[in-house]
Amino acid sequence: MAISADHIRDKLTKELAAVHVDVEDTSPNRCAASFKVLVVSPQFEGKPLLQRHRMVNTCLAEELKEIHAFEQKTLTPEQWEKQKSQ
Amino acid sequence: MNSLIRSAARCLRSGPSVYVPGRADGRVWSAPARFLCSAADLQKDLGEMVKKDKVVVFMKGTPAQPMCGFSNAVVQILRMHGVDDYAAYNVLEDQDLRQGVKDFSNWPTIPQVYFNGEFVGGCDILLQMHQNGDLVEELKKLGIQSALLDAEKESK
Repeated sequence: MAISADHIRDKLTKELAAVHVDVEDTSPNRCAASFKVLVVSPQFEGKPLLQRHRMVNTCLAEELKEIHAFEQKTLTPEQWEKQKSQ
Repeated sequence: MNSLIRSAARCLRSGPSVYVPGRADGRVWSAPARFLCSAADLQKDLGEMVKKDKVVVFMKGTPAQPMCGFSNAVVQILRMHGVDDYAAYNVLEDQDLRQGVKDFSNWPTIPQVYFNGEFVGGCDILLQMHQNGDLVEELKKLGIQSALLDAEKESK
């Protein structure tokens, strides 16, 4: 199953109630399926980094079995707004 | 009785798996040789490995020669903070370790960083902790004074 950026984006948006998701396919830079994602979701509110990343990992558990390299950034809507204004 | 002897012989024949963590300062000490007969043994060993040193990193390659950009990032960040004394385990040397540590941490990728036996995260998390100042705090809790604090004092 070839994993597509769209598939990942849809899954993250649906399961984490994300208000914004960026998925970058970084596979061309590496030898196998690799992705870099930015997820903005109110569900991350009050959660430490590790917990947020585990939420994303759980959401993409099946896909991660095939993905070789995975980078992620998790922000709450408030952090996202602040970052955008910088 | 025979099957017991046969299975023991099989373990012995496959050879000892020696976890030789490469220390960041170049000195290598050899851990006792382990006869890996089961995945359960590995999980138990991992439990001990992550507690044995304050800072433990499972990575691709060694601190002297990282074999992956993310593993290298972790090595560089630790180096910036003056953390040279940590245990680094090269998962490329051992496929069982590579999968085993992912099961142990319930984390899908390498590198993996442990502080005081507790899973911290991968490269992304370490980088964010470094950028927002949390890493200095966490190192302090481990009794490690980050080199960046000394650098700050000097510049003031």
